Amino acid sequence: MTFESVTYESIPHALVSGIAISLLCSAVGLFLVLRKFSLFGDGLAHSAFGGVAFGLFIGVYPLWIACAVAILSALGLTKIRQKFDISSDAIVAILLSTGLGAGVILIGLTEDFEFHDIEEFLFGSAIVDTQNVITILVMTGVILAILFFTYKKLLYSTFSEEQAKASGIPVEKMSYLLITIAGVTVIISMQLIGVLLISALFVLPNVSSMLYARSFKQTMILSMSFATFATVSGIFISYQFDISQAGCIVLIAAAIFIGSLIVKSSGLVKTAGIVAKAR
Amino acid sequence: MIVDIEKLSVDYAGIKALEDVSFGIAEGDFLGIIGSNGAGKSTLFRCMLGLHTQYDGTIKFFDQDIRDSKRYLSQIGFVPQKPVVDRNFPATIREVVSMSQNSNDSKKVEEALQKVWMHELADRRIGDLSVGQQQRVFIAKALVNSPKILVLDEPVTGIDVYNKDLFFQILGELNTREKISIIWSSHDLDAVERLANKVACLNKTLFFHGISEEFFSDDEMLKKYSETSMQMHMHHH
Repeated sequence: MTFESVTYESIPHALVSGIAISLLCSAVGLFLVLRKFSLFGDGLAHSAFGGVAFGLFIGVYPLWIACAVAILSALGLTKIRQKFDISSDAIVAILLSTGLGAGVILIGLTEDFEFHDIEEFLFGSAIVDTQNVITILVMTGVILAILFFTYKKLLYSTFSEEQAKASGIPVEKMSYLLITIAGVTVIISMQLIGVLLISALFVLPNVSSMLYARSFKQTMILSMSFATFATVSGIFISYQFDISQAGCIVLIAAAIFIGSLIVKSSGLVKTAGIVAKAR
Repeated sequence: MIVDIEKLSVDYAGIKALEDVSFGIAEGDFLGIIGSNGAGKSTLFRCMLGLHTQYDGTIKFFDQDIRDSKRYLSQIGFVPQKPVVDRNFPATIREVVSMSQNSNDSKKVEEALQKVWMHELADRRIGDLSVGQQQRVFIAKALVNSPKILVLDEPVTGIDVYNKDLFFQILGELNTREKISIIWSSHDLDAVERLANKVACLNKTLFFHGISEEFFSDDEMLKKYSETSMQMHMHHH
Protein backbone atom coordinates (compact mmCIF):
# COMPACT_ATOMS: atom_id res chain seq x y z
CA MET A 1 0.00 0.00 0.00
CA THR A 2 1.38 3.41 -0.87
CA PHE A 3 0.53 6.53 1.07
CA GLU A 4 0.31 9.95 -0.45
CA SER A 5 3.51 11.65 0.66
CA VAL A 6 3.70 15.06 2.26
CA THR A 7 5.34 17.46 -0.15
CA TYR A 8 7.01 20.76 0.79
CA GLU A 9 4.24 22.66 -1.03
CA SER A 10 1.46 20.82 0.77
CA ILE A 11 2.81 21.56 4.27
CA PRO A 12 1.16 24.99 4.83
CA HIS A 13 -2.29 23.66 3.87
CA ALA A 14 -1.80 20.53 5.96
CA LEU A 15 -0.65 22.60 8.95
CA VAL A 16 -3.52 25.09 8.84
CA SER A 17 -6.20 22.43 8.40
CA GLY A 18 -4.41 20.11 10.85
CA ILE A 19 -4.36 22.72 13.63
CA ALA A 20 -8.05 23.53 13.05
CA ILE A 21 -8.97 19.84 13.13
CA SER A 22 -6.90 19.29 16.28
CA LEU A 23 -8.73 22.05 18.14
CA LEU A 24 -12.07 20.76 16.96
CA CYS A 25 -11.51 17.05 17.64
CA SER A 26 -10.17 17.63 21.14
CA ALA A 27 -13.03 20.01 22.07
CA VAL A 28 -15.80 17.74 20.75
CA GLY A 29 -13.98 14.62 21.93
CA LEU A 30 -13.82 15.84 25.52
CA PHE A 31 -17.61 15.78 25.81
CA LEU A 32 -17.73 12.32 24.20
CA VAL A 33 -15.02 10.93 26.51
CA LEU A 34 -16.76 12.34 29.60
CA ARG A 35 -20.05 10.80 28.47
CA LYS A 36 -18.27 7.39 28.24
CA PHE A 37 -18.81 7.62 24.49
CA SER A 38 -15.15 7.51 23.47
CA LEU A 39 -15.65 5.23 20.50
CA PHE A 40 -18.60 7.18 19.16
CA GLY A 41 -16.29 9.07 16.80
CA ASP A 42 -15.12 5.73 15.45
CA GLY A 43 -18.72 4.59 14.97
CA LEU A 44 -19.57 7.83 13.18
CA ALA A 45 -16.48 7.54 10.97
CA HIS A 46 -17.35 3.98 9.94
CA SER A 47 -20.93 4.91 9.12
CA ALA A 48 -19.50 7.84 7.16
CA PHE A 49 -17.44 5.27 5.26
CA GLY A 50 -20.74 3.69 4.22
CA GLY A 51 -21.79 7.16 3.04
CA VAL A 52 -18.55 7.64 1.06
CA ALA A 53 -19.12 4.30 -0.65
CA PHE A 54 -22.72 5.28 -1.40
CA GLY A 55 -21.51 8.60 -2.87
CA LEU A 56 -19.02 6.79 -5.11
CA PHE A 57 -21.71 4.28 -6.09
CA ILE A 58 -24.20 6.93 -7.22
CA GLY A 59 -21.46 9.21 -8.59
CA VAL A 60 -22.02 12.14 -6.19
CA TYR A 61 -19.22 13.92 -4.27
CA PRO A 62 -18.96 11.43 -1.37
CA LEU A 63 -18.06 13.71 1.56
CA TRP A 64 -21.44 15.40 1.93
CA ILE A 65 -23.32 12.14 1.41
CA ALA A 66 -21.10 10.70 4.16
CA CYS A 67 -21.94 13.64 6.41
CA ALA A 68 -25.69 13.13 5.96
CA VAL A 69 -25.44 9.34 6.44
CA ALA A 70 -23.26 9.62 9.57
CA ILE A 71 -25.45 12.23 11.27
CA LEU A 72 -28.79 10.66 10.37
CA SER A 73 -27.76 7.16 11.42
CA ALA A 74 -26.24 8.46 14.68
CA LEU A 75 -29.35 10.49 15.51
CA GLY A 76 -31.61 7.55 14.63
CA LEU A 77 -29.63 5.14 16.78
CA THR A 78 -29.54 7.62 19.66
CA LYS A 79 -33.33 7.86 19.52
CA ILE A 80 -33.53 4.05 19.53
CA ARG A 81 -31.07 3.88 22.43
CA GLN A 82 -33.20 6.28 24.48
CA LYS A 83 -36.45 4.49 23.65
CA PHE A 84 -35.28 0.91 24.14
CA ASP A 85 -32.57 1.55 26.75
CA ILE A 86 -29.74 0.01 24.70
CA SER A 87 -26.21 0.61 26.04
CA SER A 88 -23.90 3.16 24.42
CA ASP A 89 -21.20 0.64 23.50
CA ALA A 90 -23.77 -1.54 21.71
CA ILE A 91 -24.95 1.49 19.73
CA VAL A 92 -21.35 2.23 18.67
CA ALA A 93 -20.89 -1.39 17.60
CA ILE A 94 -24.09 -1.25 15.52
CA LEU A 95 -23.09 2.06 13.92
CA LEU A 96 -19.58 0.83 13.17
CA SER A 97 -20.40 -2.58 11.72
CA THR A 98 -23.45 -1.48 9.73
CA GLY A 99 -21.56 1.41 8.14
CA LEU A 100 -18.63 -0.81 7.24
CA GLY A 101 -20.88 -3.63 5.98
CA ALA A 102 -22.88 -1.29 3.74
CA GLY A 103 -19.66 0.35 2.54
CA VAL A 104 -18.03 -2.94 1.54
CA ILE A 105 -21.10 -4.05 -0.43
CA LEU A 106 -21.45 -0.70 -2.22
CA ILE A 107 -17.74 -0.62 -3.14
CA GLY A 108 -18.11 -4.11 -4.58
CA LEU A 109 -21.01 -2.90 -6.72
CA THR A 110 -19.29 0.29 -7.92
CA GLU A 111 -18.07 0.02 -11.50
CA ASP A 112 -14.52 1.14 -12.38
CA PHE A 113 -13.68 1.39 -8.71
CA GLU A 114 -10.05 1.94 -7.81
CA PHE A 115 -8.68 1.57 -4.30
CA HIS A 116 -7.15 5.04 -4.51
CA ASP A 117 -10.71 6.51 -4.55
CA ILE A 118 -11.33 5.28 -1.04
CA GLU A 119 -7.79 5.25 0.35
CA GLU A 120 -7.75 8.91 1.38
CA PHE A 121 -10.98 8.45 3.30
CA LEU A 122 -9.63 5.38 5.10
CA PHE A 123 -6.14 6.58 5.98
CA GLY A 124 -6.25 10.33 5.44
CA SER A 125 -4.49 12.42 2.85
CA ALA A 126 -1.40 14.57 3.12
CA ILE A 127 -2.68 16.93 0.47
CA VAL A 128 -5.58 19.24 1.29
CA ASP A 129 -6.61 21.68 -1.46
CA THR A 130 -7.38 25.37 -0.80
CA GLN A 131 -11.13 24.86 -1.12
CA ASN A 132 -11.06 22.18 1.57
CA VAL A 133 -8.82 24.25 3.84
CA ILE A 134 -11.40 27.05 3.67
CA THR A 135 -14.25 24.59 4.38
CA ILE A 136 -12.33 23.17 7.36
CA LEU A 137 -11.59 26.64 8.77
CA VAL A 138 -15.18 27.86 8.38
CA MET A 139 -16.68 24.71 9.90
CA THR A 140 -14.16 24.78 12.75
CA GLY A 141 -15.09 28.40 13.49
CA VAL A 142 -18.81 27.62 13.42
CA ILE A 143 -18.56 24.52 15.63
CA LEU A 144 -16.21 26.13 18.17
CA ALA A 145 -18.59 29.11 18.37
CA ILE A 146 -21.55 26.76 19.01
CA LEU A 147 -19.54 24.97 21.71
CA PHE A 148 -18.55 28.29 23.28
CA PHE A 149 -22.16 29.43 23.59
CA THR A 150 -23.59 26.08 24.70
CA TYR A 151 -20.70 24.58 26.70
CA LYS A 152 -22.31 25.21 30.09
CA LYS A 153 -25.46 23.33 29.14
CA LEU A 154 -23.48 20.59 27.42
CA LEU A 155 -21.20 20.25 30.43
CA TYR A 156 -24.11 20.17 32.88
CA SER A 157 -25.98 17.49 30.93
CA THR A 158 -22.71 15.55 30.67
CA PHE A 159 -22.07 15.85 34.41
CA SER A 160 -25.55 14.75 35.48
CA GLU A 161 -28.39 14.18 33.05
CA GLU A 162 -30.99 14.03 35.82
CA GLN A 163 -29.90 17.20 37.58
CA ALA A 164 -29.63 19.06 34.28
CA LYS A 165 -33.18 17.98 33.37
CA ALA A 166 -34.42 19.09 36.78
CA SER A 167 -32.87 22.51 36.09
CA GLY A 168 -34.87 22.80 32.87
CA ILE A 169 -32.00 22.10 30.47
CA PRO A 170 -33.19 20.39 27.26
CA VAL A 171 -30.91 17.39 27.76
CA GLU A 172 -32.12 15.42 24.74
CA LYS A 173 -31.68 18.40 22.42
CA MET A 174 -28.16 18.86 23.82
CA SER A 175 -27.38 15.21 23.00
CA TYR A 176 -28.61 15.64 19.44
CA LEU A 177 -26.59 18.83 19.08
CA LEU A 178 -23.44 17.06 20.28
CA ILE A 179 -24.01 14.13 17.92
CA THR A 180 -24.54 16.46 14.96
CA ILE A 181 -21.41 18.43 15.84
CA ALA A 182 -19.44 15.20 16.24
CA GLY A 183 -20.72 14.00 12.86
CA VAL A 184 -19.61 17.16 11.06
CA THR A 185 -16.26 17.06 12.91
CA VAL A 186 -15.66 13.49 11.76
CA ILE A 187 -16.43 14.37 8.15
CA ILE A 188 -14.15 17.40 7.94
CA SER A 189 -11.38 15.55 9.80
CA MET A 190 -11.63 12.45 7.63
CA GLN A 191 -9.61 13.94 4.81
CA LEU A 192 -6.57 14.56 6.95
CA ILE A 193 -6.66 11.71 9.44
CA GLY A 194 -8.88 9.07 7.81
CA VAL A 195 -11.81 6.92 8.99
CA LEU A 196 -9.69 4.29 10.71
CA LEU A 197 -7.63 6.66 12.87
CA ILE A 198 -10.04 9.44 13.65
CA SER A 199 -11.07 8.36 17.15
CA ALA A 200 -7.43 8.78 18.21
CA LEU A 201 -7.73 12.56 17.96
CA PHE A 202 -11.05 12.46 19.82
CA VAL A 203 -9.74 10.37 22.70
CA LEU A 204 -5.94 10.43 23.21
CA PRO A 205 -5.39 14.19 23.84
CA ASN A 206 -8.34 14.23 26.22
CA VAL A 207 -7.38 11.26 28.39
CA SER A 208 -3.82 12.60 28.49
CA SER A 209 -4.95 16.04 29.66
CA MET A 210 -7.32 14.55 32.26
CA LEU A 211 -4.23 13.11 33.96
CA TYR A 212 -2.92 16.61 34.70
CA ALA A 213 -5.80 19.06 34.74
CA ARG A 214 -8.00 19.89 37.69
CA SER A 215 -10.73 21.91 36.00
CA PHE A 216 -12.77 21.49 32.83
CA LYS A 217 -11.23 24.58 31.26
CA GLN A 218 -7.69 23.40 31.99
CA THR A 219 -8.54 19.98 30.52
CA MET A 220 -9.89 21.56 27.35
CA ILE A 221 -6.89 23.88 26.85
CA LEU A 222 -4.34 21.15 27.60
CA SER A 223 -6.11 18.69 25.32
CA MET A 224 -6.13 21.20 22.47
CA SER A 225 -2.41 21.82 23.03
CA PHE A 226 -1.59 18.08 22.98
CA ALA A 227 -3.66 17.53 19.83
CA THR A 228 -2.07 20.50 18.06
CA PHE A 229 1.44 19.38 19.04
CA ALA A 230 0.75 15.83 17.81
CA THR A 231 -0.64 17.09 14.50
CA VAL A 232 2.07 19.67 13.75
CA SER A 233 4.94 17.36 14.68
CA GLY A 234 3.22 14.45 12.89
CA ILE A 235 3.06 16.46 9.67
CA PHE A 236 6.77 17.43 9.87
CA ILE A 237 7.93 13.92 10.78
CA SER A 238 5.91 12.38 7.96
CA TYR A 239 7.48 14.90 5.55
CA GLN A 240 10.97 14.21 6.87
CA PHE A 241 10.74 10.41 6.67
CA ASP A 242 8.17 10.09 3.89
CA ILE A 243 5.75 8.05 5.97
CA SER A 244 2.00 8.19 6.61
CA GLN A 245 0.94 11.53 8.03
CA ALA A 246 -2.17 10.25 9.88
CA GLY A 247 -0.16 7.37 11.35
CA CYS A 248 2.49 9.80 12.63
CA ILE A 249 -0.13 12.07 14.23
CA VAL A 250 -1.79 9.16 16.01
CA LEU A 251 1.48 7.66 17.24
CA ILE A 252 2.65 11.01 18.63
CA ALA A 253 -0.69 11.45 20.41
CA ALA A 254 -0.26 7.92 21.81
CA ALA A 255 3.33 8.75 22.87
CA ILE A 256 2.04 11.84 24.73
CA PHE A 257 -0.46 9.61 26.54
CA ILE A 258 2.15 7.02 27.49
CA GLY A 259 4.57 9.77 28.55
CA SER A 260 1.82 11.31 30.69
CA LEU A 261 1.15 7.98 32.36
CA ILE A 262 4.86 7.65 33.19
CA VAL A 263 5.08 11.22 34.53
CA LYS A 264 1.92 10.66 36.54
CA SER A 265 2.98 7.32 38.04
CA SER A 266 6.40 8.70 38.91
CA GLY A 267 4.61 11.21 41.15
CA LEU A 268 6.06 14.27 39.42
CA VAL A 269 2.57 15.66 38.91
CA LYS A 270 0.17 15.47 41.82
CA THR A 271 -3.13 16.55 40.29
CA ALA A 272 -5.85 13.91 40.71
CA GLY A 273 -6.59 12.05 37.55
CA ILE A 274 -7.32 8.74 35.93
CA VAL A 275 -4.38 6.80 37.38
CA ALA A 276 -5.33 7.89 40.87
CA LYS A 277 -8.05 5.22 40.71
CA ALA A 278 -5.42 2.48 40.54
CA ARG A 279 -3.88 3.45 43.85
CA MET B 1 -49.91 28.02 48.14
CA ILE B 2 -46.72 27.99 46.10
CA VAL B 3 -47.12 24.30 45.29
CA ASP B 4 -50.48 22.65 44.76
CA ILE B 5 -50.80 18.95 44.00
CA GLU B 6 -54.24 17.62 43.10
CA LYS B 7 -55.21 13.94 42.79
CA LEU B 8 -51.77 12.83 41.61
CA SER B 9 -51.67 9.19 40.51
CA VAL B 10 -48.76 7.38 38.86
CA ASP B 11 -48.83 3.94 37.39
CA TYR B 12 -45.70 1.98 36.32
CA ALA B 13 -46.77 -0.81 33.96
CA GLY B 14 -49.95 -1.54 35.90
CA ILE B 15 -48.37 -1.10 39.35
CA LYS B 16 -49.55 1.90 41.33
CA ALA B 17 -46.66 4.05 42.54
CA LEU B 18 -48.84 6.93 43.77
CA GLU B 19 -52.58 7.06 44.18
CA ASP B 20 -54.77 10.12 44.54
CA VAL B 21 -52.20 12.26 46.36
CA SER B 22 -53.29 15.84 47.11
CA PHE B 23 -51.55 18.47 49.23
CA GLY B 24 -50.25 22.00 49.11
CA ILE B 25 -47.10 23.78 50.26
CA ALA B 26 -47.21 27.33 51.59
CA GLU B 27 -44.42 29.90 51.26
CA GLY B 28 -41.79 29.41 53.97
CA ASP B 29 -42.81 25.82 54.72
CA PHE B 30 -40.23 23.23 55.66
CA LEU B 31 -42.00 20.08 54.55
CA GLY B 32 -40.62 16.68 55.51
CA ILE B 33 -41.92 13.89 53.30
CA ILE B 34 -41.61 10.57 55.07
CA GLY B 35 -42.32 7.03 53.96
CA SER B 36 -40.44 3.78 53.56
CA ASN B 37 -38.65 2.60 50.41
CA GLY B 38 -41.16 2.19 47.61
CA ALA B 39 -43.69 4.53 49.26
CA GLY B 40 -43.53 6.84 46.23
CA LYS B 41 -41.33 9.69 47.53
CA SER B 42 -38.90 9.67 44.60
CA THR B 43 -41.78 9.24 42.12
CA LEU B 44 -43.48 12.28 43.65
CA PHE B 45 -40.25 14.29 43.27
CA ARG B 46 -39.70 13.11 39.71
CA CYS B 47 -43.19 14.29 38.80
CA MET B 48 -42.72 17.63 40.56
CA LEU B 49 -39.43 18.25 38.73
CA GLY B 50 -40.84 17.32 35.33
CA LEU B 51 -38.63 14.21 35.07
CA HIS B 52 -41.68 11.93 34.92
CA THR B 53 -44.58 13.23 32.87
CA GLN B 54 -46.88 10.18 32.68
CA TYR B 55 -49.22 10.94 35.54
CA ASP B 56 -52.86 11.72 36.25
CA GLY B 57 -53.90 14.78 38.23
CA THR B 58 -52.34 18.22 38.32
CA ILE B 59 -49.18 19.73 39.81
CA LYS B 60 -49.03 23.50 40.07
CA PHE B 61 -46.03 25.61 41.03
CA PHE B 62 -46.75 29.31 41.61
CA ASP B 63 -50.32 28.76 40.29
CA GLN B 64 -49.05 27.42 36.95
CA ASP B 65 -49.64 23.86 35.76
CA ILE B 66 -46.15 22.43 35.22
CA ARG B 67 -47.37 20.75 32.03
CA ASP B 68 -47.82 24.19 30.47
CA SER B 69 -44.34 25.56 31.08
CA LYS B 70 -40.98 24.52 32.47
CA ARG B 71 -40.16 28.05 33.56
CA TYR B 72 -40.92 27.19 37.19
CA LEU B 73 -37.74 25.09 37.29
CA SER B 74 -35.63 28.26 37.33
CA GLN B 75 -37.06 29.01 40.78
CA ILE B 76 -36.35 25.55 42.16
CA GLY B 77 -33.08 24.17 43.43
CA PHE B 78 -32.81 20.37 43.37
CA VAL B 79 -30.45 18.31 45.50
CA PRO B 80 -30.45 14.65 44.41
CA GLN B 81 -30.24 11.52 46.54
CA LYS B 82 -26.64 10.37 46.90
CA PRO B 83 -24.65 12.17 44.20
CA VAL B 84 -23.00 9.89 41.68
CA VAL B 85 -19.85 11.77 40.78
CA ASP B 86 -17.24 10.21 38.52
CA ARG B 87 -14.01 10.53 40.48
CA ASN B 88 -12.14 11.57 37.35
CA PHE B 89 -14.63 14.12 36.08
CA PRO B 90 -12.44 17.16 35.43
CA ALA B 91 -14.43 19.93 37.09
CA THR B 92 -13.68 22.05 40.12
CA ILE B 93 -16.25 22.79 42.81
CA ARG B 94 -16.57 26.32 41.42
CA GLU B 95 -17.27 24.95 37.93
CA VAL B 96 -19.88 22.49 39.23
CA VAL B 97 -21.74 25.26 41.07
CA SER B 98 -21.66 27.61 38.06
CA MET B 99 -22.86 24.88 35.65
CA SER B 100 -26.49 25.43 36.60
CA GLN B 101 -26.16 29.21 36.79
CA ASN B 102 -28.42 31.24 34.51
CA SER B 103 -26.01 34.19 34.50
CA ASN B 104 -22.20 34.47 34.57
CA ASP B 105 -22.08 36.29 37.89
CA SER B 106 -19.09 34.81 39.75
CA LYS B 107 -20.08 36.69 42.91
CA LYS B 108 -23.22 34.57 43.21
CA VAL B 109 -21.12 31.41 42.97
CA GLU B 110 -18.91 32.64 45.82
CA GLU B 111 -21.97 33.54 47.92
CA ALA B 112 -23.57 30.14 47.34
CA LEU B 113 -20.31 28.40 48.32
CA GLN B 114 -20.01 30.53 51.45
CA LYS B 115 -23.53 29.56 52.54
CA VAL B 116 -22.49 25.90 52.64
CA TRP B 117 -18.96 26.60 53.96
CA MET B 118 -17.23 25.24 50.89
CA HIS B 119 -15.68 28.47 49.53
CA GLU B 120 -12.19 27.60 50.76
CA LEU B 121 -12.18 24.39 48.70
CA ALA B 122 -13.63 26.03 45.58
CA ASP B 123 -10.70 25.10 43.31
CA ARG B 124 -10.56 21.44 44.24
CA ARG B 125 -11.79 18.73 41.93
CA ILE B 126 -15.34 17.61 42.78
CA GLY B 127 -14.30 13.94 42.68
CA ASP B 128 -11.75 14.51 45.48
CA LEU B 129 -14.45 15.38 48.04
CA SER B 130 -16.26 13.10 50.47
CA VAL B 131 -19.93 12.32 49.78
CA GLY B 132 -20.99 14.72 52.55
CA GLN B 133 -18.89 17.55 51.10
CA GLN B 134 -20.23 16.80 47.62
CA GLN B 135 -23.80 17.12 48.93
CA ARG B 136 -22.94 20.56 50.34
CA VAL B 137 -21.62 21.53 46.90
CA PHE B 138 -24.91 20.35 45.40
CA ILE B 139 -26.80 22.58 47.82
CA ALA B 140 -24.61 25.49 46.68
CA LYS B 141 -25.38 24.54 43.08
CA ALA B 142 -29.09 24.52 43.90
CA LEU B 143 -28.78 27.95 45.57
CA VAL B 144 -26.85 29.74 42.85
CA ASN B 145 -29.96 30.97 41.01
CA SER B 146 -31.56 32.24 44.26
CA PRO B 147 -34.43 29.71 44.21
CA LYS B 148 -37.70 30.11 46.11
CA ILE B 149 -37.95 26.39 46.77
CA LEU B 150 -35.33 23.74 47.54
CA VAL B 151 -36.23 20.13 46.74
CA LEU B 152 -34.07 17.49 48.42
CA ASP B 153 -34.51 13.77 47.77
CA GLU B 154 -33.12 11.82 50.76
CA PRO B 155 -29.99 13.96 50.64
CA VAL B 156 -28.17 12.54 53.67
CA THR B 157 -28.21 8.84 52.79
CA GLY B 158 -24.72 7.44 53.36
CA ILE B 159 -23.32 10.63 54.90
CA ASP B 160 -21.30 10.63 58.13
CA VAL B 161 -22.79 12.10 61.32
CA TYR B 162 -20.64 15.27 61.25
CA ASN B 163 -21.61 16.19 57.69
CA LYS B 164 -25.23 15.19 58.35
CA ASP B 165 -25.48 17.64 61.29
CA LEU B 166 -23.80 20.34 59.23
CA PHE B 167 -26.21 19.65 56.40
CA PHE B 168 -29.24 19.98 58.69
CA GLN B 169 -27.85 23.20 60.16
CA ILE B 170 -27.45 24.68 56.68
CA LEU B 171 -31.01 23.66 55.72
CA GLY B 172 -32.42 25.23 58.90
CA GLU B 173 -30.59 28.50 58.22
CA LEU B 174 -31.72 28.60 54.59
CA ASN B 175 -35.32 28.18 55.71
CA THR B 176 -35.32 30.65 58.58
CA ARG B 177 -32.85 33.31 57.37
CA GLU B 178 -33.20 33.15 53.59
CA LYS B 179 -36.93 32.28 53.70
CA ILE B 180 -36.46 29.47 51.20
CA SER B 181 -39.27 26.90 51.24
CA ILE B 182 -37.95 23.39 51.59
CA ILE B 183 -39.39 20.08 50.42
CA TRP B 184 -37.31 17.26 51.81
CA SER B 185 -37.80 13.50 51.78
CA SER B 186 -36.22 11.46 54.51
CA HIS B 187 -36.23 8.22 56.48
CA ASP B 188 -34.86 10.02 59.51
CA LEU B 189 -37.90 10.73 61.69
CA ASP B 190 -35.84 12.44 64.41
CA ALA B 191 -34.39 14.91 61.93
CA VAL B 192 -37.81 15.57 60.37
CA GLU B 193 -39.30 16.18 63.83
CA ARG B 194 -36.45 18.57 64.63
CA LEU B 195 -36.43 20.56 61.38
CA ALA B 196 -39.73 20.39 59.53
CA ASN B 197 -42.80 22.45 60.40
CA LYS B 198 -45.02 20.31 58.16
CA VAL B 199 -45.06 16.58 57.47
CA ALA B 200 -46.46 14.56 54.60
CA CYS B 201 -46.57 10.84 55.17
CA LEU B 202 -46.64 8.71 52.03
CA ASN B 203 -47.48 5.11 51.50
CA LYS B 204 -48.39 5.29 47.82
CA THR B 205 -51.37 7.27 49.14
CA LEU B 206 -51.03 10.25 51.44
CA PHE B 207 -52.16 9.22 54.90
CA PHE B 208 -51.09 12.34 56.76
CA HIS B 209 -50.37 15.90 55.79
CA GLY B 210 -50.25 18.64 58.36
CA ILE B 211 -48.31 20.23 61.16
CA SER B 212 -45.24 18.30 62.28
CA GLU B 213 -46.05 18.49 66.01
CA GLU B 214 -49.50 17.02 65.41
CA PHE B 215 -48.01 14.03 63.64
CA PHE B 216 -45.26 13.35 66.15
CA SER B 217 -47.53 13.77 69.19
CA ASP B 218 -50.14 11.38 67.80
CA ASP B 219 -49.19 7.88 68.97
CA GLU B 220 -51.86 6.28 66.79
CA MET B 221 -50.43 8.00 63.73
CA LEU B 222 -46.87 6.98 64.56
CA LYS B 223 -48.01 3.40 65.12
CA LYS B 224 -49.82 3.42 61.79
CA TYR B 225 -46.67 4.82 60.12
CA SER B 226 -44.43 2.10 61.53
CA GLU B 227 -46.95 -0.61 60.59
CA THR B 228 -47.23 0.56 56.99
CA SER B 229 -43.44 0.98 56.80
CA MET B 230 -43.04 -2.59 58.02
CA GLN B 231 -45.57 -3.82 55.45
CA MET B 232 -43.72 -2.00 52.64
CA HIS B 233 -40.43 -3.39 53.88
CA MET B 234 -41.81 -6.97 53.91
CA HIS B 235 -43.34 -6.40 50.48
CA HIS B 236 -39.93 -5.34 49.11
CA HIS B 237 -38.23 -8.43 50.44
